[in-house]
Amino acid sequence: MPTVSMTVNGRSAAGEVEGRTLLVEFLREHLRLTGTHVGCDTSQCGACVVHVNGKSVKSCTLLAVQAEGAEVTTIEGLAQNGELHPMQAAFKEHHGLQCGFCTPGMVMSAVDLLNTNAHPSETEIRDWLEGNICRCTGYHNIVKAIQAVAQGQGG
Amino acid sequence: MQNFTYHRPGSVEEAVQALSAASDGTLMGGGMTLLPTLKQRLASPSDVVDLGGVAGLSGISEDGGKVVVGAMTTHAEVASNAIVTAKIPALAALAGAIGDPAVRNRGTIGGSIANNDPAADYPAALVGLGATVRTNKREIAADDFFTGLFETALAEGEVITAVAFPVPERAGYAKFPNPASRYAIVGVMASTGPAGTRVAVTGAGACVFRASAMESALGGGFSADALSGASVSADDLNSDIHASAEYRAHLVGVMARRAVAAAG
Repeated sequence: MPTVSMTVNGRSAAGEVEGRTLLVEFLREHLRLTGTHVGCDTSQCGACVVHVNGKSVKSCTLLAVQAEGAEVTTIEGLAQNGELHPMQAAFKEHHGLQCGFCTPGMVMSAVDLLNTNAHPSETEIRDWLEGNICRCTGYHNIVKAIQAVAQGQGG
Repeated sequence: MQNFTYHRPGSVEEAVQALSAASDGTLMGGGMTLLPTLKQRLASPSDVVDLGGVAGLSGISEDGGKVVVGAMTTHAEVASNAIVTAKIPALAALAGAIGDPAVRNRGTIGGSIANNDPAADYPAALVGLGATVRTNKREIAADDFFTGLFETALAEGEVITAVAFPVPERAGYAKFPNPASRYAIVGVMASTGPAGTRVAVTGAGACVFRASAMESALGGGFSADALSGASVSADDLNSDIHASAEYRAHLVGVMARRAVAAAG
């Protein structure tokens, strides 16, 4: 079986996987990082979004071996020293979640958005979230949370 | 997904070797179509040859008046690249409306055109702008590259290395996306420039095609008004739960006018 090694949330991670093992399976089942969710498993819903070399990707549609040598960040890697990342704090403050299933992917996508475009318009935020589906909130509070962080009012 | 032997070659030559040694191998670009296809077991290759580790296949440059996009360049890179946004903004806009941001961070131009999905955006870009596909063996004009439903002119062991786009004087793209998948129900790229006046349609038929009546209509002046009265026949167009052939034929006219109106 192929071996794979990568950096996950700043720590080295390695393991034996099958060629077909998905990155999300490696994260959840090998590393027990279960914050990254699998919703649709068809790259539609975005619950599985993580960052690979700083860019948001759908980890259900990436082989673990494709991430060989990569820097991977999951939702578990955002908080630092027990302090929520500003985006996590803003989702909490603005009630940007109800059931929470989509939230890890939403937060990871939102962080990538502000890395790419620090001051997005509401339309740009909604367009960016095209690949993240929430079944609860209707998106309004998610958008408010992202706007708050963009305006320096996270949490 | 059935298991396979994974290869990560460092050069095109190594990729071709791995492919030829496999009993039923396939190349992988970004994997945005291939991996869902494997999950559904619509394909079960013995070997997957990942081009992600091949040096020199990614990136955008200018070469003799053309914009050259490496085969492994992602949609996100094409959408935001300074050369593309300055020289062919319609191409940047097209790339920026494929799928969603996470898909655009992985999906590649080479993978898209090799797959030749009838509803993909890039075939309209290549045909509508008169691009040339560069492979490890030859150059293929876009008009000759897309040969049918999921079919291309690529031969066994032939690997796309880049796509060269002539810089148009004016070009615009408009699409009517499927609201769920963002694939084109109908997409039209219209341009005028060194490659002539072109109107390429994706999503409507089994394969991208040029709307010759519309190209003729634009010959007298590249304006949306020139297209009034020009149409395509609904014969042979796709008909499915999303749109009938007649509706698609109507949309081709609407999208063509919008594409010309949007042309910079």
